Amino acid sequence: MGRYVARRLLQMIPVFLGTTLLIFLMVHSLPGDPVLAMFGDKGADPATLAAKRHELGLDKPTWQQYLFYMRDMLLHLDFGTQIRNGLPVTDVLGDAFPITLQLATLAFAIELIFGIGLGVIGGLRAGRLADNLILIFTLLIISIPVFVLGFIIKMVFAFNLGWIDPNVSTQPEWGELIAPAIVLGFLSLAYVARLTRTSMAENLRADYMRTAVAKGLPRRRVIGVHLMRNSMIPVITFLGTDIGALMGGAIVTESIFNIKGVGGVIAESISRREGATLVGLVTILVIVYLVTSLLIDLLYAVLDPRIRYA
Amino acid sequence: MRGAKSAKWVTGAIIVALAATACGGGKSDGGSDAKGTVDPNGIFTTDLGEPEKLLYTGDTMESNGAGVMKAIYSNLVAYKADGSLEMVNAESLTTTDSKTWTVKLKPGWTFHDGTPVTSKSYVDAWNWNAHIDNAMGLSSWFSDIVGYDKVHPEAEGAKATAKTLAGLKVVDDNSFTIELTKAVPYFGHKLAYTPFAPLAASFYANPKAAAEKPVGNGPYKFKSWDHKKQIEIVRFDGYKGPNKAKNGGVIFKNYTTLETAYEDLKSGNLDVIRQIGPKDLPVYHQDLGNRAVDADHAAIQSIAVAFYADQWKKPKPVDVRVIQGLSMAIDRATITKTVLQGTREPATGWVPKGILGYQENAAGDVTKFDPAKAKELIKAGGGVPGNKIFIQFNADGGHKEWVDAVCNSITQATSVACVGDSKTDFQADLTARKSKQVKSLYRSAWSLDYPVNSNFIKDLFHTSAAGNQGDFSVKELDAKIEAADSAATLDQSVKQYQAVEKELVKYMPSIPLWYYKVNAGYSEKVSGVTYGQDGDPILDTVEVKK
Repeated sequence: MGRYVARRLLQMIPVFLGTTLLIFLMVHSLPGDPVLAMFGDKGADPATLAAKRHELGLDKPTWQQYLFYMRDMLLHLDFGTQIRNGLPVTDVLGDAFPITLQLATLAFAIELIFGIGLGVIGGLRAGRLADNLILIFTLLIISIPVFVLGFIIKMVFAFNLGWIDPNVSTQPEWGELIAPAIVLGFLSLAYVARLTRTSMAENLRADYMRTAVAKGLPRRRVIGVHLMRNSMIPVITFLGTDIGALMGGAIVTESIFNIKGVGGVIAESISRREGATLVGLVTILVIVYLVTSLLIDLLYAVLDPRIRYA
Repeated sequence: MRGAKSAKWVTGAIIVALAATACGGGKSDGGSDAKGTVDPNGIFTTDLGEPEKLLYTGDTMESNGAGVMKAIYSNLVAYKADGSLEMVNAESLTTTDSKTWTVKLKPGWTFHDGTPVTSKSYVDAWNWNAHIDNAMGLSSWFSDIVGYDKVHPEAEGAKATAKTLAGLKVVDDNSFTIELTKAVPYFGHKLAYTPFAPLAASFYANPKAAAEKPVGNGPYKFKSWDHKKQIEIVRFDGYKGPNKAKNGGVIFKNYTTLETAYEDLKSGNLDVIRQIGPKDLPVYHQDLGNRAVDADHAAIQSIAVAFYADQWKKPKPVDVRVIQGLSMAIDRATITKTVLQGTREPATGWVPKGILGYQENAAGDVTKFDPAKAKELIKAGGGVPGNKIFIQFNADGGHKEWVDAVCNSITQATSVACVGDSKTDFQADLTARKSKQVKSLYRSAWSLDYPVNSNFIKDLFHTSAAGNQGDFSVKELDAKIEAADSAATLDQSVKQYQAVEKELVKYMPSIPLWYYKVNAGYSEKVSGVTYGQDGDPILDTVEVKK
């Protein structure tokens, strides 16, 4: 088990280097010059442009820029500075990540609790009224685009009922984040509910379930331990990959509720060709993905005793 | 026990993962909201995007940064709504030949840190901003001053051969002289722009830190900057200028979209808004009543001609009547009313309102919609080569709708095919323009740097102007521009430029479309909200109710 984890951790290194290099090259190959764009419509003389490029190290060849960048990042945890405003990328990320984590955690909790809850109800009552209602409800959620849901929630709760402020304030409390978290987590909630429901309905008919019931185990134990543990494998797989998506892909939700999180920084960095910021962000997201996928693989062994890692 | 052992590993990994993350919360409270009289210390909020760069006086060239800088710094002069000058930090600004200017400062002014504002504060700041090593985006503003080519050689890679501008001379603590390389009658107007602000002595020790928390001499003191969230400024009680703040301070709140800002305005979380988003334009008058604002904004949108493009150059240079015809095929009145929802006003010339030297109907008939005449002109000019034009624009600026409308209008009126040439974003658009890859026409917007008509003519249409990206070049026009530039007085210069504007019709370097307008509003908590010709709310006159 220990060796397995160690091997997986070592595998992260080439993945990490490969993704950062790819992103770096992609940003560099985008049309548009970040230094030229700093001066907008009115432009600047060649001397100023050259001085600015030199100051930012953009006059060096791409491979050299990448090497310096990786060196600083690995040795000093220094992600460089932003081209446009000269702020350290570490500060930019440090500003954006806490709120994104807060939001992602809340959204994750919502989809976990309500998704699995609805899924269990549906799975145990497969084919009956409750199950059908849940299926219709989740179908409805899946078919509504995120920004529509966002605007509906704002319209109803902020403008008509006045229960919440339409936008999240600059120093948000957890309570303010509930509405955006619902918008962010609802789509995944529907998938989680459907996955759980199908998986449970299937496993209800499995041999080991019949054995467990025949042994005379109490119903709570049959469902809570025997059925749930085995039915959770596909759900956990989905949830694991969803953490990364919640963090990096919240751009629509963020802009609807005026949250200054990671999604907005990614969009802005792309449009401003901020290579350093983008690579820094993606690096962190890649690490999040790698770590969660490792956790999921390890969780498989916990959930299903038949799976072993030598 | 296998499961239990695995679980241990999982928990271990989870702890590692959690250790890397930490979340924070907490929130400060606003003031109380009792209605009625004016609170001289009341603080109000306004929306503002994150300034693109740090707040250097010499590098703040976009509206977000400028919005803050105007409040933090007071220059020698400022301009009024009609474009004329008023003295602020200067007691007098005199010249006899528009070439040597003498500045006398009002004595007794101080920076926010208590140090006095002297002529040295100005001269040192300008020298710093002009120097090539500091790579300030606005350094070319000092190019009129003697010695600029020494501190800021233009060629790539060249080194400066002097540290200071030879044309700046400190006479005593409260006066200095500026010597220009040639007469610039409107130089006084340029002095109102941010790069000409004074800098406190503390700036030079650590410019980057100072740009993060600028120390100025203006009506407001910089208090804090929570990046991408908000900037807070408070009234400077020791301010001696004419525009002392009538409120206690301003909080600039950052919004990702205009729509979210408007929602906060409606729900009372925002007091002054700078611009209403397209979604809310049809309703904001109804929502805000007499708190809705429509004002002129001195900026112009036009379609510029890429004269280097094969279409206009080969086999022979395009006849100006073709461009005139295209201009007359655009139904500006309808497009501004429908597609642009009244946020623009049809242009009748190249210089917008609120600018010194604005003249009504400068372009004559060329900006009037007349399909028959348009067809006739294009035919007389030999037709559009290829019978097809492209209008290049950036897809991220909300331009697609009106470009389509302009194209439809042209095609309907003249049966010349017209296609919008969309570039993914502003950067890609700009690169295509700089590398001369524009196929035929491109969108070109210009907002004032200083409110004199030369800014809208010389800086766009002179052969060597940075804003002239379409290779427009007419010798006689250059000569007239240079003559207007060296006129003895500001009045004469403005008059000569007015004549040049009238002549642009003969060359059509660009097709003027419309002038910008400010569509904005404010909350019930504030009064006295007005907007300058640069489209920004004027902060110091805002009064906050108790």
